[in-house]
Amino acid sequence: MSTLSTERLLHAWRVMRTIRAFEERLHVEFATGEIPGFVHLYAGEEASAAGVMAHLDDEDCIASTHRGHGHCIAKGVDVYGMMAEIYGKKTGVCQGKGGSMHIADLSKGMLGANGIVGAGAPLAAGAALAARLKGNRAVAVAFFGDGGSNEGAVFEAMNLASVWNLPCIFVAENNGYAEATAANWSVACDHIADRAAGFGMPGVTVDGFDFFAVHEAAAAAIERARAGEGPSLIEVKLTRYYGHFEGDAQTYRHPDEVKHYRETRDCLMQFRERTVRAGLLQAAELDAIDAEVEATIEDAVRRAKADPKPSPADLLSDVYVAYP
Amino acid sequence: MARKISYQQAINEALAQEMRRDQTVFIMGEDNAGGAGAPGEDDAWGGVLGVTKGLYHQFPGRVLDTPLSEIGYVGAAVGAATRGLRPVCELMFVDFAGCCLDQILNQAAKFRYMFGGKAVTPLVIRTMVGAGLRAAAQHSQMLTALWTHIPGLKVVCPSSPYDAKGLLIQAIRDNDPVIFCEHKLLYSMQGEVPEELYTVPFGEANFLRDGDDVTLVTYGRMVHLALDAAASLARQGVSCEVLDLRTTSPLDAESILESVEKTGHLVVIDEANPRCSLATDIAALVAERAFHALKGPIRQVTAPHTPVPFSDALEDLYIPSAAKIEATVLELLQGRKVA
Repeated sequence: MSTLSTERLLHAWRVMRTIRAFEERLHVEFATGEIPGFVHLYAGEEASAAGVMAHLDDEDCIASTHRGHGHCIAKGVDVYGMMAEIYGKKTGVCQGKGGSMHIADLSKGMLGANGIVGAGAPLAAGAALAARLKGNRAVAVAFFGDGGSNEGAVFEAMNLASVWNLPCIFVAENNGYAEATAANWSVACDHIADRAAGFGMPGVTVDGFDFFAVHEAAAAAIERARAGEGPSLIEVKLTRYYGHFEGDAQTYRHPDEVKHYRETRDCLMQFRERTVRAGLLQAAELDAIDAEVEATIEDAVRRAKADPKPSPADLLSDVYVAYP
Repeated sequence: MARKISYQQAINEALAQEMRRDQTVFIMGEDNAGGAGAPGEDDAWGGVLGVTKGLYHQFPGRVLDTPLSEIGYVGAAVGAATRGLRPVCELMFVDFAGCCLDQILNQAAKFRYMFGGKAVTPLVIRTMVGAGLRAAAQHSQMLTALWTHIPGLKVVCPSSPYDAKGLLIQAIRDNDPVIFCEHKLLYSMQGEVPEELYTVPFGEANFLRDGDDVTLVTYGRMVHLALDAAASLARQGVSCEVLDLRTTSPLDAESILESVEKTGHLVVIDEANPRCSLATDIAALVAERAFHALKGPIRQVTAPHTPVPFSDALEDLYIPSAAKIEATVLELLQGRKVA
């Protein structure tokens, strides 16, 4: 913990706080009926995105999931552009043509949230292959959930990454539920990390409520990848504070489950307590960031609501780069 | 007199010349070299039918063998294409698309639109198509219509060595994902192919034979059967215009309409299964936009609505034949019964 500079610690806090505020605001706004489609909220899982992305820059790529807002924010995608996208506005990062499940910003190395479970893993392997063929030090990270961990696409990507010795990190965010199905039922082994052995790579399980645990595990895996030593699997155990999607009554969960995690394990709460107690950060500077984040989210929502929708001509544009 | 090489050699040459010209081009697929990790020769196969033979030693590190893992490596090709490389990824038989369809259908084809016009995915998927090798139901399909249906993909089906080289070079330079369908029965076909680099543009059908009585529209291997039928019909006083589509997406609708306006009769020949096919697509196009020019019903010559059978007795019946095309044209023009 103490090896991180004040600047990096504050950045991590800002990222996690931004994700939390973004998602909690979406939870409220979605209930008004103004947001079209589905949204899958990342609240509760912030330490995973922040802990991994702390080691990446724009040359490094990530492939995300349907629960991708946190990954996007941590990878540096513009918060207002994301909000406008989720509202289906022309000003969105995908011009209102992707929505929550397809937010992408290739200039930031963000290869997209993904509506297909597990599909991002081969894409990340491809980005890692590109880095190797170009001879640069970039790495790629594939995020998927406990549900995605059962997809053949993930298995094939892990095997391929090992066979080709790619600088690729597989991050299984195990939040305990694939939609409404428990991971302890659908995942046939005790730990998703155990599957690493079957693909010839190291695998670790870390506490996803602990930013520092994720940060440390990611550092080791990413350093290994940059050194040309191949892929790794990190299983991050955490929980989601909301349903699979907004509107999910979550009758499959224990009624007090989320309350318990929020009160005893919350990643933001733990980060704040530990850094302040250790004298690494001041409560006042964290509060100041919180206020800035609130203002940023408020501004993003206000602008997104007021922004124009795509025009009819946008229906037919950008299917191809060129089509005679 | 230009040099003659085979369809297969034309593809190999296009790959080699483009890899030499552009360092971002690389090829990958199952046994594209062959022998990876095995005690014998490197480049043992050069592709299951030898199409990529020799490239492994010419381009060290740029001919990648993959595990038998279509989701993994096709997806990796898509990912690499988004990062400024130009992968030419081989899906050995188009039938194997069943394994990796998501990476083509939901990933590569959608990125540009779904990401608001910001993604460029210059990917080529080379794949072997078509019946006639007694390879049965899972190694013989003609899935052109499946690809053509998907917005975001371009679909190419060369019918000659010349087109194979020029269309493949165009596909590699193209900035959209391209499904490049190679007919397995055409690999040994010889034809004139310039040694230099050239491209054949997408969306421009090739008028292979001028005629006044009937328009035959087709693509891929069926082009040659249509030409055979047209030659036979010419001896009987029937003048056929033969159009090779070359690409089914984009589709050269204007050339089809122009020809039907002239001849007033249309026969579409498609090696694929008949429902929701290129044949029905082109029939609908002409019915909508050139109905006034038609002097008789539009006819389709296609495979039946069955899987591809194994036994030669059945497979030969399955594949449209020149005789069937000829009989269909005669019936259309003269009201004769199809034999």
